[in-house]
Amino acid sequence: MSGQMKFKGRVWIVGDNINTDLILPNKAFYLTHEEQTQYVFHANRPGWAQQVQKGDILIGGHNFGMGSSRAAARSLKNLGLSCLITESLNGLFLRNCVNFAFPALECPGVHAAFTEGEEAEVEFETARVRNLARGTALQGKPLPPQLMALVQAGGVYQLLEQEGLIAPRK
Amino acid sequence: MGMTIAEKILAAKSGRKAVVPGDVVTVDVDTVILFDNNFLPTNWRDILKVADPDKIVVTFDHRVPAPTQQAAAAQVTGRAFVKKFGIKRFHDVGHNQGISHQLVADYGYAMPGSVLLCSDSHTCSAGVFNCLARGVGGPDIIYAAIKGQTWFRCGETVRYELTGKLPAAVTAKDAFLQIAGVHGAHATMNVEYGGSGVASLSINARKTLTAMSAELSAEFATFEADAVLEQWMRTRNPAAFVPVKPDADAKYLAVRNVDLSALEPLVALPDSVVNNSQPVGQAKGTRIDQAYIGSCANGTQEDIELAARVVKGRRVASGVRFIVTPASQTVYRDTVASGAIQTLLEAGAMIAPPTCGACGGGHMGVLGPDEVCITSSTRNFKGRMGDPSSQVWMASPATVAASALTGFITDPREFLQ
Repeated sequence: MSGQMKFKGRVWIVGDNINTDLILPNKAFYLTHEEQTQYVFHANRPGWAQQVQKGDILIGGHNFGMGSSRAAARSLKNLGLSCLITESLNGLFLRNCVNFAFPALECPGVHAAFTEGEEAEVEFETARVRNLARGTALQGKPLPPQLMALVQAGGVYQLLEQEGLIAPRK
Repeated sequence: MGMTIAEKILAAKSGRKAVVPGDVVTVDVDTVILFDNNFLPTNWRDILKVADPDKIVVTFDHRVPAPTQQAAAAQVTGRAFVKKFGIKRFHDVGHNQGISHQLVADYGYAMPGSVLLCSDSHTCSAGVFNCLARGVGGPDIIYAAIKGQTWFRCGETVRYELTGKLPAAVTAKDAFLQIAGVHGAHATMNVEYGGSGVASLSINARKTLTAMSAELSAEFATFEADAVLEQWMRTRNPAAFVPVKPDADAKYLAVRNVDLSALEPLVALPDSVVNNSQPVGQAKGTRIDQAYIGSCANGTQEDIELAARVVKGRRVASGVRFIVTPASQTVYRDTVASGAIQTLLEAGAMIAPPTCGACGGGHMGVLGPDEVCITSSTRNFKGRMGDPSSQVWMASPATVAASALTGFITDPREFLQ
């Protein structure tokens, strides 16, 4: 993937310490990727997944994605969210965002800078975040170059498939 | 400038003289562990080549014995993978099976100074063996199995100096709940455990601290090596190793003392592990439906024998389900041999086969609507063990066993002195 990754969309806001059990509960493990998306925040915000529109942006608090290794980032991506902007990202969750090429950034101050429903504009590479409703801007932390390259390559499976190291998905 | 244990291993494994917090490094991986969830149809990608089959371990642990057709299918895929690449360290359902993190301890798979990966978040458990072990994503595991490498971002290190000795009926789980309750999350940081109090803790007790460090959101959790660790490794793995000590001038974000002798039994209230601890007395009288002992954090021989001492000659309260899950077949056999399993059975416990099972709300003890559980496992998140309306309290195996006897959250010192 070349060129800028730039997103504009309506924001949803969640709090601190959102864990992966809330994003991808155990009972959804046997379902298809598409079906799994319908369980995002099922325990803490029932009905939310059904309201998300393609291109929406999720704003989170501190230590977003704490908990397990499960492919919770994949569910957020498949739900149609264009990106995730947080106060801070859990280290393991960041790995899966990179693995599944789901654009996720840390941007201190973002949680207080938006009200749910406002429109955000995000330049992923430079980590510039704008609140279009208020005309304000924030500077987040760009991903380290090695990790940015993986996201731009489309994630780990895309890379391994191109190199002939895993079989294409059936 | 001096380095912490994590920094020294990151430097050695990335071929650098030094690493500092903020560095992103590519490291060689010594051990890659795959488990049944990796092979579920929604997760698996067919690997065409592996870097070195002798660096791979495969176990089935999250869904064992297979509770569903999908879990059974994952095992079929896993067995085909093992056969295709001639993987020798395979822990199929049967004699050598167990929760991956317990197998690492049982078989000495994590050598001091090495790098170990598994796509289960509690992989940091193996840091008890003075190595770098991290839970990563499923794709990271497939990448590492193929390429023999992974990336790590080096964080700052917080060191815990343990002193003193735990009082009767107080365990490493209580020490963890103390740290998690006071200091909360350690996101982006490494946690290093050392100090004069370590010698009084068994490897099993130390492993509770490293496994639970996943709940601190730590990047790596490591213990300093000592004679107890060296003896443990020598009886399980003939390979040579060199323990990694932190430099005398290593730079820590903080050094915090924990006086083990001053601790008391604690519980974590439902829905969050961190910043959520209180003395067991404050929860006294909370009614429970289920008491659970198991998981990678507290399913060891020592945990099961502790529970047996609490319940010996007594009966589980009417209306309470007391479920005990040895973390591996080795632990199961050892606790049958020691008589602990017999004692637990006579008290009314149900013994489940080694599995992550109920800890993750998978099977073998899932909670229904509004049910209350006290668990010695790893997580108490909302809905973690079953219905979103259920409540999960967390405590030591001693506190869980004492609570099973009364039907209410109970101070284990009432039964153990």
